[in-house]
Amino acid sequence: MSVQLNDDGELQHFLTTEGLEPQLLTRILDTAESFSGVIGKSVKTVPLLRGRTVINLFFESSTRTRTTFELAAKRLSADVLNVGVDTTTTKGESLLDMLHNLQAMQADMFVIRHAQSGAAEYFARHVNPGVAVLNAGDGWHAHPTQAMLDAFTIRQHKGAFEPLRIAIVGDIRHSRVARSQIHAFNGLGAGEIRVVAPNTLLPADVDSLGVQVFNDLSAGLRDVDVVIALRLQRERMQGALLPSEAEFFRHYGLTEARLQTAHPEAIVMHPGPINRGVEIDSALADGPRSVILDQVTNGIAVRMAVMTMVLGVAPDNTRATS
Amino acid sequence: MSRILIRNGRLIDPASGLDELGDIAVADGRIVGLGGNVSDFTPDTQIDAKGQWVIPGLIDLAARKADIASEARAAAAGGITTLVMPPDTDPVMDTPSVIDWVQHRADAAKGARVVPLGALTHGNQGTTLSSMAALAAAGCPAMSDGGTPISDSLVLRRALEYAHTFSLPSLLTPLDQSLAGGFLHEGPTATRLGLAGVPVAAETAGLGRQIAVAKAAAARVHFGRLSSAEGVRLLSAARNDNRALSADVAIHHLFLTDQDAMDYDARFHINPPLRDIVDRQALRQALADGVIEVICSDHQPHDTDAKAGPFASTAAGASAIDTLLGLVLRLVEDEVVSLSAALASVTIAPARLLGLESGQLAQGAPADLVVVDPHSPWFCNAQTLNSRGANSPFIGWEFSARVCHTLVDGRLVHHTPE
Repeated sequence: MSVQLNDDGELQHFLTTEGLEPQLLTRILDTAESFSGVIGKSVKTVPLLRGRTVINLFFESSTRTRTTFELAAKRLSADVLNVGVDTTTTKGESLLDMLHNLQAMQADMFVIRHAQSGAAEYFARHVNPGVAVLNAGDGWHAHPTQAMLDAFTIRQHKGAFEPLRIAIVGDIRHSRVARSQIHAFNGLGAGEIRVVAPNTLLPADVDSLGVQVFNDLSAGLRDVDVVIALRLQRERMQGALLPSEAEFFRHYGLTEARLQTAHPEAIVMHPGPINRGVEIDSALADGPRSVILDQVTNGIAVRMAVMTMVLGVAPDNTRATS
Repeated sequence: MSRILIRNGRLIDPASGLDELGDIAVADGRIVGLGGNVSDFTPDTQIDAKGQWVIPGLIDLAARKADIASEARAAAAGGITTLVMPPDTDPVMDTPSVIDWVQHRADAAKGARVVPLGALTHGNQGTTLSSMAALAAAGCPAMSDGGTPISDSLVLRRALEYAHTFSLPSLLTPLDQSLAGGFLHEGPTATRLGLAGVPVAAETAGLGRQIAVAKAAAARVHFGRLSSAEGVRLLSAARNDNRALSADVAIHHLFLTDQDAMDYDARFHINPPLRDIVDRQALRQALADGVIEVICSDHQPHDTDAKAGPFASTAAGASAIDTLLGLVLRLVEDEVVSLSAALASVTIAPARLLGLESGQLAQGAPADLVVVDPHSPWFCNAQTLNSRGANSPFIGWEFSARVCHTLVDGRLVHHTPE
């Protein structure tokens, strides 16, 4: 997994949060914090990636993630090209051909989303030296910028990670977000990470990722400081994994009432887009505990941070603070 | 036909227990003299095997999807004199004419023999029985499900019964396909990588059903490619009560585990999947205990494109004929089995299963022989692979023994220059 680190242990790609040193994870958050000021100011751009080309290569459709990557790149003064790819062209050789063609356009960075686990790592192993790959989601494997923006949001609201109990609720099995969150939060020293789901939505040996496993929602939410609901893909709701949306919501849907066992100041998060009334009740999603919109805003600063770090142009002051 | 005398080799024959220095004389495709100093024999060709081993040529119970000509020659270079080909070819080997065509291609290659397995059912569809008697007459020593289990248990029973009528063993794939929709062993590695897993139950659910049906059919049944400790336990118990059952293991399952795929290296995308270290140990123990009698290469050469791309989009299977002998000998170095037992698993054991005359050093037996230099190390890399498939999981490994000469049917089909 060291393909994302260079010989000095610095990020040259950002593929996964797994195996990263706490200092590096913290540095991502600190760098993001230095950019989060930029967003509030009237001048919203910095010239760190001026003259660089960022290609958003999305094999799966996405509005929010692609948009925040695009905004992040533009605020760093990069040139941005969005390439949407028909998912029928997923054969190995054509993937490589496409990559080589796009590289010929002097791209400095690829932001890649792909339906298959390992796709971003595959690209990272085949790009030219000096070209960075950012994983914007690969299959069920990883979505590291999402996890880091979640960590950023948690730090913003809760401070240090050590005392925190964090519960992730819902479809863990198919979730790249959950996997990246678990690795990131563990790396940052979170006190306890729980996953809460019916057995059909848990991957085999999930405890090996470093989590406590709960089938019962109220037990899983007891005394937690952070509750993260995951998106449940609609196509998974009928058939062999779950009997119905209604039954899922009855047992695993987040509502204010079900949060009674949680810490009184527990925050509620969701990586979006929300299925209201399936994973989470509207009143809770829009209520005072919800930090869901903060997550979206923070996504820009976190992606700016990672984009500058993989190209080795992150502001020096943030490195000094780590 | 040429007359060949192999002199002063260490003759190792697991079938008879022979292990001594001596000569072997070959004429008309057969072994005509064996052991000691063969005299009264005028050879056209002499091979000096001093310091080398002379062993029966390997019989590889499963080698697939090959360009027949290139792979038959690559097999010979790897010490394999017989490639047994499952029937899931295109077209499926379910009629004598397809068998004839395959054998014609193999004969023209002048490499290893190719022994075709007939399909148990038409088109491997699992619905109607193939013309097994005709397939046997055309040269198929056994019938096979070709990697696709017959899901209808009644059809399976009838197919086994019918094959047994003609003394044909049936080679089955222990698998429940509805549980097998994944890419890696179900466990921590697959969970970490975000890959759909194949549980051990995919093997045991299929195996358990097939054991029950085999007993009902009172047929000779062989299970191909066991991968798990649970599978070994199930087979071991079943064999206590039904000696007409046997099994093989693919060589890579004795050396690799799912963790080898941890960087999404598609060379380790294999079916059945590489499992964990406990499974690997159980398979090794099963070999030592005789519960598993046969080792095969499960050779599946792929072109580079088929192994390029994200893990789940790549073709499953490993290129394995080049390293079969080296790895079998490594089992001896690892003290898993004796040299005789190791060689038996790739010679006389598959020969007995299929009723072949080869697989042994015996007076009158077919002269399918390999001369091996046990102290001639080589590295497995893209240059040393003879197979067209570069998808070897063992690239970078070093092996201690090299094949010097391979004889098939008394003909020298491979010779490694000094």
